[in-house]
Order: sequence, then C-alpha cells, then structure tokens
Amino acid sequence: MKKIGVPRGMLYYENFPFWKDYFNEIGYEIVVSKKTNKDILDNGILNSVDEACLPVKIIHGHVDYLKDKVDYIFVPRVVSLYKREYCCPKILGLPEMIKNSIEDLPEIIDTIFDLDKRSGLESGYRDVGKYLNVSNKESSKAYKKAYSQKEKYNDWIRAELLPMNYKFRPNNINILVLGHSYNVFDDYINMGILDKLSKRNINIYTAEDLSSEHIRKFSSYTKKRLFWTHGRRIVGAANYYIMNKEIDGIIFLSSFGCGLDSVLTHMVSRQSTIYEVPFMNLTLDEQTGEAGINTRLEAFLDMMKWRDKDKSYISTFR
Amino acid sequence: MIPPPVCSRKTLEIGSKHSPEMMCLPFKVFIGNYIESIEKGADTIIITGSCGPCRFGLYSLIQEDILQDLGYDVDLIVIDSIKEGYKEFISNLKKITKTNTLPQLYKSSRLALDLIKRADDLTQKSNYTRAYAVDKNHVNQIMDNYLKTSVQIHGASELINLINKTKEELSNVKLLENYNPIKIGIIGEIYTIIEPFVNLDVERKLGQLGVLVDKSLTPTKWLEHHVINYPFGSEDENNKFKLAKPYLHTPIGGHGRETLGSAIHYKNLGYDGVIQILPLNCMPEIVAKSILKNVSKDLDFPIMTLVVDEMTGEAGFVTRLEAFVDLLSKRREKHLIG
Repeated sequence: MKKIGVPRGMLYYENFPFWKDYFNEIGYEIVVSKKTNKDILDNGILNSVDEACLPVKIIHGHVDYLKDKVDYIFVPRVVSLYKREYCCPKILGLPEMIKNSIEDLPEIIDTIFDLDKRSGLESGYRDVGKYLNVSNKESSKAYKKAYSQKEKYNDWIRAELLPMNYKFRPNNINILVLGHSYNVFDDYINMGILDKLSKRNINIYTAEDLSSEHIRKFSSYTKKRLFWTHGRRIVGAANYYIMNKEIDGIIFLSSFGCGLDSVLTHMVSRQSTIYEVPFMNLTLDEQTGEAGINTRLEAFLDMMKWRDKDKSYISTFR
Repeated sequence: MIPPPVCSRKTLEIGSKHSPEMMCLPFKVFIGNYIESIEKGADTIIITGSCGPCRFGLYSLIQEDILQDLGYDVDLIVIDSIKEGYKEFISNLKKITKTNTLPQLYKSSRLALDLIKRADDLTQKSNYTRAYAVDKNHVNQIMDNYLKTSVQIHGASELINLINKTKEELSNVKLLENYNPIKIGIIGEIYTIIEPFVNLDVERKLGQLGVLVDKSLTPTKWLEHHVINYPFGSEDENNKFKLAKPYLHTPIGGHGRETLGSAIHYKNLGYDGVIQILPLNCMPEIVAKSILKNVSKDLDFPIMTLVVDEMTGEAGFVTRLEAFVDLLSKRREKHLIG
C-alpha cells in the first residue's frame, strides 16, 4: 500500500479526520509526521524564508521530516472556502513555498480547493482522486463517507488535541483561547498553554466548538465585510462568547508576523474593551523561553481573580 | 483638496505611535499622512479599497477606529471594487468629484488619469536621464524643484505646464556618450515601490551610481490594469501572469504574482538584475520571495530582496545597493571576456 504523508501543521488541525477517512477509503495509508519538537522547528527555520511566520516555518519542518518516508505528501492549495472569501495569502501559496524551499521532495499533491470559483469540496477531492488514478465515482463515494459525520471533528479534538485529563466543570473560570487552530492546538508552538490552563482548573473554550452558522452570524457585524474565512472564525467566536457572556476572559494566541492576526487582535481587543472582558494577547515566535509565558499567564489569572473578588468593593476614600 | 505633506520621519513616527504594532509599513505611513493632513484642515479622507486576500482591504476598518479614538471627526471614504456594489461605487465617485451626471464624471476622471500618466512619465524620464547624465545632481535639482513647485500651483493646466517645462529641462541635461548603464528593475509591493520616502529613494540612489532604473508598478500601470481596462486587465499585466505561470498558477493576493512575472519580464528585456522591495510582514511578497529564489537559479538572474520597516538606517541600505551594482558590473565583464 502506498503511503501519503500529512505534515502536522497549518490545515492539519482543521481537516485531518476527514482527510484520513478519505484516503483510507480509496486505499492509501496515511503517515502523519511527529508532533512538533525542537528538531522539526530547527529544520523548518533552516528550510524556509526568514520572513515567514512561525506556523509556516514549522510546516516546512514537518514536510522535511516526511520527505524520505512516504510516496506522496499532501499539501492542498486551499484558496477559498466560501464565496468571495479567501484564506491567508501564505496558505494560498503554501505548496509553492514548500516546493521552492525544500529539496529532494517526493511528489506533492497540491490540488486546488477553490470554493469561490467552483462549488463544493467534492470536486476538489475528485481532483485528488485523479492524481492517484482513482475514478470520480470512487472518490465521490469516499468523500461522502468521510464527511458523513461532521461531529467526528469535535470528537477528534477532544480525544487528540485537548489535554489528557481535561474536564469541563461548571463552577470553574471560563477562558476562551482564541487564535488559528494551528496555534491553539499545537502544544509546542504555544508551550502547552491548554495544559497549563487545565492544570489550574480552568474551562477551555475554543472557536472550533461553535457551529459555522453561529460563526458566520456573529462575524457579520463588521462595517466592512471580512474576506478571510479563518478571520471570520476568530472574530465570530469572540463576538459570540462575549455577547452571550459565556466567558470570563480571552487569551489570544497570535504568531509573530501573521498578517491576519495584526488585524484580528485589534478587532477582538476592541470588542472586549467595550464589553469589559479581560483580554490578553500572547505573541508566539521561535524563542523558547517558557518562563515569560508562565508569568504572564499567572498575572492574567490573578488579575481576573482580584477583579472578581473586588468588584463589589467600593473604597471609602472615593 | 489638501495633499498630505511629503512623507518624512515625522509622518512615520506619528503613524507607528498610533498603529497596531504588527501592522505593515504602508498602514503606519497612511496613519501619519491622515493625521498630518487633518492638522492642516482636511475633513474627508479618500482611500481605495480591495477585497482580499491581502490585509490592505481591511485598512479602513481599523483606521477609522484609530482616528475616532484620537478624537478626529473625519469622513473616511473607501472606493471599493465595483464587485462590492455598483451603487456605492458611483455615489462615492460623485461625492469625491463633485459632479452629478455620468458624462461629467467620465470627463473629470479622464482628466485625473491623464495627469497621473503625465506625472509618471516625467518620473520615468528623470530616471533614464539620471543614469546617463554627466552631472547627476543637476537632475536631482530639477526634480526637487518640480516637486516643490507642484504643491504650490493650482489647477490642471498649470500642472501640465509645469510638467512640460520640467521635461524640457530634463532634455537639456548633458548626457554621457557611448555609455551603457547597468539596468535594474524594481519589483515588489506597489506602495513601497512608488513612495520614495519608504524605499529610501532607491531610484535616486541607484541613478547616482549610474544605473538605469525601471519600476514594475506605477500608478499609471495600476490604473490601466484595474480601472481603464476593467474587467479584462491591461496587456502588460496579463502578460506577467502568463510569465509567472510555471511557478505559480493561482493568485496569492496583493501583487505577489506580478512580482514573479515582472522578474521574468525584466530578464527577457535583457536587464542585469532586479531588486525586490517589500515592507516587513507583507504576506504575498513573502510567498513571492520564497519562489524568486528558484526563479533566480533557473534563469541565472541576480535578484536581491530589500525589506523596509520603521528602522531606516540609510548606510546599510546604500552599502547593499552598491554591492549589488558592483556584482552586476563584474558579472557583465565576465560575460564579455567569456
């Protein structure tokens, strides 16, 4: 059985359960690269342009790890997921960046998923099938099977990505961990922030918990239409949780050099100021000093506790 | 109309003070421009919009917030693509040009386009003249004079006169004979190519070294592609897409694809090398940069990348330009000797 490599980075965190079922259905074995570690990060930095953001460098490292272990590497070119919306420009050019930066690659499957111009994901998967000499009929069947249960994505997050002993408890502090899924769920990039929160008995909310209907409704309030699908997810989730008063605070994980985040952090922080929700922005980059993150996290949580304790206290000095 | 004061260190400082830290350089300069113009009395700001995937399309959203927070009461008009709504597009244009009927609108737009074209031609001519001129400072003087006078005069006809006069002065500059200059194309992100303050006046610096400079994008080229020939696009730009196709066949936002196409375009024209200029953090240009590495290798064509940001240490910049030009002239000698 031929092997298809899936690098554990970027869109992996959004699509992996579907990709896995699709490729298994058409008779290919899937090989996922190891969890991000120091070697993968170092190789990624070595093999990519200096200006790229951290997640892009990391996916370069994952591809480098996979390149002599598999027959194909799957890096789809996801241009657009909704009409008149796009993904980040770096995701649009990701296959090109990888092909031009890493040498001796196996064949890269870089099928276009462009829902702005074409309808439905199915045609994209048919193109993947064509690449592997699978008939349209078979790949449609595999596609339908892979996407038959949408819930399996959230099950997968709970089982694989959230911390092992994490449990939702009604009386704990609720924090929304916001950011691109590849920043929130890659515990090497964010230095295990989910783990740290879970150990402190905090309930974790993420943008992925929400259905896309909610996201789209709550991200349509902006004066100018947001044209990034991933941006809408972040803004929509923030608006939903803030307006429904389901959370006590927001931690935004942004990566250094991310163009989307430079816009989104501004929008979310403004919204949380208006609704008086505590907000912290953590910028992630190549440096690996964990103490700084710990300190900031502790300070943020302390601040929230004091706020809760002192909110009904009115000083006699007023 | 109040033209923003010429970009300066002060503009950039005001801009970076009030902008989100991770925003790209054009955004910060824009904010500086706005505030400086508002202080001179402007109450309406006009910018063009876009609808992705480059973050430029969302500039207005944040800039409005920032201006509001600073307590400025101004009207920010965004001219978006016709695709975003035909009615809004026309009403915005009418508001700006103060005309009511479509033919009038057409006439005043035509005039504006003509002026932009003339001004661009003049800049281009000055770049060519500077490369060949015996006394390069003379060309600089003529251009400085032109820029200084252009903000003092009023009306289109006076401006046309000034442009014609400057053109004539440029034609009278004494040129070197039998001189074959190094030719360099400037490619990259459109704003950093056009705005001399942001790119540290790269055209002039290269011209000073006797290099012939050509810019891949100018306001004229942009208008020809996006406005005059809408929705088909101008021939030049479409040709660039074709050239970029072996390396990249889908758009990546901004001018990423044009950057690649232009590099190959200049190679075909027999240029000695190209310089890519981008603001730090520019998403489309980063993708283009990683591909340019292979374009350079495949075509045996020198490409240098310069990243600009708020740090504007000029000396380092000049050293790199000089080194690049030296490299190109050595290369040429080698080719001649064989």
